[in-house]
Amino acid sequence: MNKNQTPFFLLLCLCFALPLCAQERPYFVTYSHEMEEPGNLEIEMFNVVGSPPGGNTFLGSTVEFEYGAKAWWTSEFYLDGQSTQHDSTIFTGFRWENRVRPLLREHWINPVLYVEFEDTSADKALREVVGHDGVPDFADSNAEARQDKEREMELKLILGSNYRGWNISENIIAEKNLSNEPWEFGYAWAVSRPLRFAASAHRCAFCPERFQAGIEMYGGLGDRYSFGLNQTSHYFGPTMNWTAPSGVTLSFSPQFGLNDYSIPRLYRFGVSYEIEQFLSHFHRGGY
Amino acid sequence: MNRVAVLLCVLVLPFAALLAQAAADGAWLTLVPHRDHEKINPFQGQSDAIAAGKNVFEEHCAKCHGENAEGTKKRPSLRTDRVQAQATVGDLHWLLVNGNMRRGMPSWAKLPDPQLWQLISYLKSMHE
Repeated sequence: MNKNQTPFFLLLCLCFALPLCAQERPYFVTYSHEMEEPGNLEIEMFNVVGSPPGGNTFLGSTVEFEYGAKAWWTSEFYLDGQSTQHDSTIFTGFRWENRVRPLLREHWINPVLYVEFEDTSADKALREVVGHDGVPDFADSNAEARQDKEREMELKLILGSNYRGWNISENIIAEKNLSNEPWEFGYAWAVSRPLRFAASAHRCAFCPERFQAGIEMYGGLGDRYSFGLNQTSHYFGPTMNWTAPSGVTLSFSPQFGLNDYSIPRLYRFGVSYEIEQFLSHFHRGGY
Repeated sequence: MNRVAVLLCVLVLPFAALLAQAAADGAWLTLVPHRDHEKINPFQGQSDAIAAGKNVFEEHCAKCHGENAEGTKKRPSLRTDRVQAQATVGDLHWLLVNGNMRRGMPSWAKLPDPQLWQLISYLKSMHE
């Protein structure tokens, strides 16, 4: 085995060897109403590659630590970075978000409240698109972009439904840069389903129920003073994931910019792994 | 004033503990609507469904409830009379869909309905 094959081999071992499991939606931007199971810690790495017109090709990356504090409360910490061709590779900041589910039973539409604080600069992870985010944001060099510190508060209303095996999720986003900039708005929605609803009677790694497929769309809606679709970017694309018996989930989505203000193509891919009952000794049980 | 507070604590705390105990003893069963209580498992009697349900259990439930559903230090056994005899398949389906979030049981509505019924087939097969 040469050096190039080693990472692939390690990933393969991780996929098939570890006795843990997860069931993830194949979304990169949209949040579903499904919370992390209490006590579980999910470690995720999401990446996006894009080539903005007039700019350099970039790779934006996020490492996420998602913890189920309660069945109705999930907390998540993100570390962001990016690498730009002909420029540099930099750490761009952190985010901390909390999601709370106010209704404790399953309904036709299930709301979740989302609050996030982020401290980033020159971020290219594109975890959401709000306001007038678009191609011009990617024209500056990393050195110039780092001068623009973004300390932001972000609120989301997440609406999710599960109907006959399908998941339908919608997010309404409001974001405020704390340095006296107007509220910016955005949206995201996605639909997905497993390729098969029933589980197989025999253990298998590539059964259809281990694959989920769907579509995802997201974009900006302007800001408080210029609400609407003018000079906003929007993306749409198919998305898919596969969950290994070990609990490693691999996700992929090619996404397409829907207007000239959007990057023409984005390629997103992610790996996630769930550690079950990470801090189980802090929880009470019994129902 | 302090005496009143102490007296209130003495009276209220045992009552609160009693309520919590009642909730832990399956109070969720009383919340199940009649139409859910009466639901029938579409996979009933199918041996393949039990085998598939065992796979679902091992992937999603065993870490909390034990590999053989015997319960763990913090989470209850699923081999109890309450789960095996008292609760109907419809009751268990309702619990899996809605969870019992105040008590730490998440909703499993993210699993498709056939997988939930297969899981119930497996759980009920422990009694046979």
